[in-house]
Amino acid sequence: MSELTSLTIAAAREKLAKKEFSALELTDAHLAAMERAKDLNAFITMTPDLARERARESDKRLFAGQAGALEGIPLGIKDLFCTEGVLTTAASHILDGFTPQYESTVSQKLRDAGSVMLGKLNLDEFAMGSANITSYYGPVKNPWKPKGRNAELVPGGSSGGSAAAVSAHLAMGATGTDTGGSIRQPAAFCGIVGVKPTYGRCSRWGVVAFASSLDQAGPMTRTVRDAAIMLGAMSGFDPKDSTSAQLDVPDFEAALTKGVKGLRIGIPKEYRPAGLSPELVALWDKGVEWLKAAGATPVEISLPHTKSALPTYYIVAPAEASSNLARYDGVRFGLRVDGKSLDEMYAKTRAAGFGAEVRRRIMIGTYVLSAGYYDAYYLKAQKVRALINKDFTDAFDKVDAILTPTSPTPAFGIGEKFDDPIAMYLNDVFTVPASLAGIPGASIPAGLSADGLPLGLQVLTRRWDEETLFRVCQALEDAAQFPLLPAV
Amino acid sequence: MSLDKATVRRIATLSRIEVADEDLDAVAGQLSGILNWIEQLKEVDTSNVAPMTGGTDLKLTWRKDVVTDGDQVDKVLANAPDGHDGFFGVPKVVE
Repeated sequence: MSELTSLTIAAAREKLAKKEFSALELTDAHLAAMERAKDLNAFITMTPDLARERARESDKRLFAGQAGALEGIPLGIKDLFCTEGVLTTAASHILDGFTPQYESTVSQKLRDAGSVMLGKLNLDEFAMGSANITSYYGPVKNPWKPKGRNAELVPGGSSGGSAAAVSAHLAMGATGTDTGGSIRQPAAFCGIVGVKPTYGRCSRWGVVAFASSLDQAGPMTRTVRDAAIMLGAMSGFDPKDSTSAQLDVPDFEAALTKGVKGLRIGIPKEYRPAGLSPELVALWDKGVEWLKAAGATPVEISLPHTKSALPTYYIVAPAEASSNLARYDGVRFGLRVDGKSLDEMYAKTRAAGFGAEVRRRIMIGTYVLSAGYYDAYYLKAQKVRALINKDFTDAFDKVDAILTPTSPTPAFGIGEKFDDPIAMYLNDVFTVPASLAGIPGASIPAGLSADGLPLGLQVLTRRWDEETLFRVCQALEDAAQFPLLPAV
Repeated sequence: MSLDKATVRRIATLSRIEVADEDLDAVAGQLSGILNWIEQLKEVDTSNVAPMTGGTDLKLTWRKDVVTDGDQVDKVLANAPDGHDGFFGVPKVVE
């Protein structure tokens, strides 16, 4: 691991401006690290030639004094973002060979800010999963290893490749997407910062759709400041996404110095389910103490419908997915398996192209939307979703932010929880409620388990109040003094 | 709630996903397990609750109903498994 790959985005930005090294040198250092860490399987596609070409262009702009906010910063892009001329797979067999003719709005914004794409990062197939084990391109390994054991751990999911690459210093930051926890949970498992902004803050245009009322892109980085810098470049109104917000993007970085003095921090009493690791309970208590010491006031709150969030999610998300994934029909792009009739071709293509978890979710979604079941399942779930949203609205009358653990346990072994879908779904018990409510959330690495594995705390705030989110995250980061390097 | 084979076959047809006859029991078991777990929502009182139908609290943005894009046949067909002469090729649909 070289000195260059260990820099934060903020530090690299300064040093690039002072010409201490070139963008090309910075990119080359990361490309070399990627090559050495191929075993992690973090990338589905590496784009070294394109990266060097863009780094050279960055150097020209740096020389000309026309640097963008992320000029010359090497980033990984989750392979759910369409990238012009670069294979985009969503980690699915069904998108074999798909080369978009356009660039997603978020990755375009990151390009416009001068960042350098290193490649496309591995994920759960169509972002459906919590362990990055459903990828057609194989599982990603967590760069962290448990103390004294030679076990391979999952990086979490679905943005598992993004989390592993940032944690192992293969990229300075990465894009993730979060539908029920897919940025926050892998960030917690890999000991990095992951921010899911308010639904509508980042455009969804050109991001392969999973559940359109929940999907939201966000940054994954090693520090809170880096996340603020990256989110600033990713955010903003996009006429091509009708749900993208026509609101000014605040200066997230400026919020970092504002502290948490006087903020009221909600501690939800319902976030203590069976199966919550005692180490995470202890860390959560510590987090409360840190914020108190920094001048915030903890307040016990109630989010009474917490228990209903996961089953609600597992109706709403598959329902939307079954509709969104109807487009994979073997006609317009990707895999085609021939059949005697059009219907047979559809059915064979989709059976061969989708993995088991994706097929399961499409079928559940189809069932809950089908005639006779719509009201009992889908409409019911939409109503419970309204109650979950109201829980948060009521809570934010009393508090400015909410603090919880990110996931009930630290990273588990590759091979565990694979046979029981519901056990896997429980990973997202703390992240799903905020997704349903559309509010912003972040995971901050805050401590290590006795095993030496990262543990994350989650911060939630009101819609459009990412500034308070970043203030609380910065206070936690300052207090936690989390080690920036896994023992890889 | 336990799904029978006929129901799974019907869901598979609606989903346009081929499921082999010998796999129907296993799929029925998995889907039933998930549906049983979801049933717990019945306990929640949702009388007089309006459904939440989207992720945002903002009014969706409107635009003029005019063509803003198009005339990109080559790009549209670039990824088609059987694209030619400006069309997507499919198996014969009319006998």
